Amino acid sequence: MCENYEVAVLMKNITKRFHNIVANDRITFDVKVGEIHALLGENGAGKTTLMNILFGHYRPDEGEIYVYGRKVKISCPRDAIKLGIMMIHQHPLLVENLSVLENIALLYGIHDSLGLLLSPRKLRDKLTDMIEKYNLKIDLDAKVWQLSASQKQQVELLKALVYDSKILILDEPTSILTPIEKEWLFSFIRKMKRDGKSVIFITHKLEEAISISDRITVLRRGRVVGTLNSSETSVQELARLMIGEEGLRNERIVSIQKRADGDLDNKRIVLEVSDLSVLDDRGSPAVRGVSFEVYEGEIFGIIGVSGNGQTELVEAITGLRKVQKGRIRIDSQDVTNRGPRYIQSLGVAHIPEHRIKHGIVSELSVAENLVLKVYRKPPFCKGPYLNSKEISRWARELISEFSIVTPNEKIPVGQLSGGNIQRVIVAREVSMKPKLLIAAYPTHGLDIAATRFVREILKSEKDRGCAVLLVSNDIDEVLELCDRIAVMYEGRILKIISAEEATKEKIGLLMSGVDTIEGAQIDQHYH
Amino acid sequence: MKVLRSINITIRRREHVPRIFELLIPVCSAVVGLVVCALIFLLQGIDPIYAYSEIYRYSLGGPIQVSNVIRVMIPLILCATGLILVFRAGVWNIGAEGQILIGAIVATGVALFVLQGNTNSALFIFSMITLGFIFGGLWALIPAILKAKLDVNEIITTLMMNYIAAYILQYLVYGPWKGKKTFGFPITDEIPPQAHFPLIPGTLIHIPTLILAICSIVFVFFVMTQTTLGYEIKVFGSNPDAAKYAGISKTKVILITMFISGGLAGVAGAGEIGGVHHRLIYNPWSISANYGFTAIIVAFLARLNPIGIIPAAFLMAILIVGTRALQITFNLPVGVINVFNGSILITMVSMEFFRHYRIVIRRSE
Repeated sequence: MCENYEVAVLMKNITKRFHNIVANDRITFDVKVGEIHALLGENGAGKTTLMNILFGHYRPDEGEIYVYGRKVKISCPRDAIKLGIMMIHQHPLLVENLSVLENIALLYGIHDSLGLLLSPRKLRDKLTDMIEKYNLKIDLDAKVWQLSASQKQQVELLKALVYDSKILILDEPTSILTPIEKEWLFSFIRKMKRDGKSVIFITHKLEEAISISDRITVLRRGRVVGTLNSSETSVQELARLMIGEEGLRNERIVSIQKRADGDLDNKRIVLEVSDLSVLDDRGSPAVRGVSFEVYEGEIFGIIGVSGNGQTELVEAITGLRKVQKGRIRIDSQDVTNRGPRYIQSLGVAHIPEHRIKHGIVSELSVAENLVLKVYRKPPFCKGPYLNSKEISRWARELISEFSIVTPNEKIPVGQLSGGNIQRVIVAREVSMKPKLLIAAYPTHGLDIAATRFVREILKSEKDRGCAVLLVSNDIDEVLELCDRIAVMYEGRILKIISAEEATKEKIGLLMSGVDTIEGAQIDQHYH
Repeated sequence: MKVLRSINITIRRREHVPRIFELLIPVCSAVVGLVVCALIFLLQGIDPIYAYSEIYRYSLGGPIQVSNVIRVMIPLILCATGLILVFRAGVWNIGAEGQILIGAIVATGVALFVLQGNTNSALFIFSMITLGFIFGGLWALIPAILKAKLDVNEIITTLMMNYIAAYILQYLVYGPWKGKKTFGFPITDEIPPQAHFPLIPGTLIHIPTLILAICSIVFVFFVMTQTTLGYEIKVFGSNPDAAKYAGISKTKVILITMFISGGLAGVAGAGEIGGVHHRLIYNPWSISANYGFTAIIVAFLARLNPIGIIPAAFLMAILIVGTRALQITFNLPVGVINVFNGSILITMVSMEFFRHYRIVIRRSE
């Protein structure tokens, strides 16, 4: 039915309100058949809301949706799937304990043309064909928990292929990928386009939008501010549309700070990790004999593809995970296997990797979350009693100092946007005036304004004399911020390089396990 | 030409829960529950209007009846306030029933054997209640320690410990504590008169436990809103990962909340001995009277908010007292009463669905 139409999806005058916030304001958006259309905007611009409407998660308050020229009503994802629409979420919804094949067979019950259930063997053959055709890198019998983030995403893509979806929505698909995996994804998307499918690509990364898409629609504060042909636009134009004139003016004011000189000799060591080994949740080694020091007044970066032991390393330093072997010293005090409370009391702040899971309590108020680390210290409590007045006052102070956007300090923190949740966490941790600040992926998934804000905070903490340990998988970020950069691979630190000698290429190669000096691939199978 | 019509029913999640629902939903669910039960009465050949008027007459029909309801509210409130504390910490104590029994056993033991011959009534009452609290709390600490240290599922341990408590009571009643003046019946002797809790004159309401029940509401409200412990309970209950990250001790939260919860149930048990039964009898469940389980419902009807405890306990107490009367008036089998109570509860729990979802019925042509 799609051949007769040029426009695959037309969303007309879509309006969606949450409480009194307008998430989508009379948005009109169309995607042609065989087109890759990027939906660009900062966090909270309304991209995901719009796509959730198309996929049936939300219903629009006003407006109409046409799919292949037919007016449709989409009340649930099942309706959308029937219409040939598939959405690949940022965090795939898969059953961890089942195999890839089982996940695909069980969740959806695949039917053939007669409406009969395909037998697992038939399904397996079908999937194997598709894996080959589209060059997917997944094993149908692997359990989902064994897969990497990128492989999980491929399982979701495989679902779309099995469904023969004509319209594919990808929500920030590159945020979890390494550069190589990203290239693979882009070639996959182009293959889909060649097959006459339409792809909607949600992103906040300007270069990505230009390089992958045919057209780009830019959203700002729930409105469409422009739809452009990718070949006729530039990063500058998109940035101006996306952030708005006022946003760019602010950017010019931010001065570029000179990096401190690399002279560490007369600086104090704040964090000293020696020969550290840590196990992961499944009991296999995640960190294998790691040693490094972090000095006061420096930002020490640890970069690597996610899942190479960074998470476990941070958890060990902050007292959340048992150390198997080795020592951790903070201010030359041995803190190996001490609890998180003790380590905090030495002046260690921690911006956690999973901000919703570890960093906040969604149901509690902004104020209550802002005192999560200090509630048991005066003036926030007197003996066993909380001092609510002082807590509210402190919260209001931090809200204005850290520009947290919230109606007041009493609403549940879970109702804030992702960027503001991170501001709450950063405000809480930095207001402790820490000696050591451990920031794990602190800008992951944040929009430009929030990212810039977090990076400025890290810099100012460094200038204050704090030792900052930054864990990241964003090469540009560590190059911008760090004085020294350690590249982590398979639980080891391959190399520590100073900012001056670091280049994008060098780090990129190290991240994939190649040491540039020896030029040899590091054996992946040592234990 | 005939137009085909179909009705399209869809369930939608509410994006915003109106405030009025906090009141509307419990009221509506009570009404729906009564309608459902009316059908059950009809099936039994009983005029439901007459049945309801009987329930009303026996529970709210006069001062004596109301005082009966209040007497039942006392153990419900004591148990439910404690349960609010543990439930808010995300710990599922299903063992209040057994904790009541332990409180009852200890109170009886103290009154019969420890304070023998003493004449000071205040000493009796004080030690029965205090020891009831301590031992009820210690009883609850067993599953608490197992959970905190070994991650043993507390739902199963607390539930099973109810039976252990019941068997201990039966052992005592049939064995060492069997009364000397009871003609061989498996019951203990009556506790001395100075151990009887004073009653509000003209009623059966035992005063010390009534006061403690009210205090427990205030106490839990205060703990949850004004103390660092309450803060830790909320953090741990809503997000244990964040609690660990913030350095909040899991063991501390579990042990303290379980001790208080078990202790309050123990006080309820002491109250049932000192204020109602005055002795242990061979059927343990007639002492605890399902209060420990009913209190779970009370806590949830109150939406784990101490202020909601009083109306929720009041409603449940009416049902308990009213249906006890029904049993006698209509000579109904006890099973029907259980069906009645069960139906009301299931309706109330399922009505919670409408808090978060609405049903949209559209007619399409």
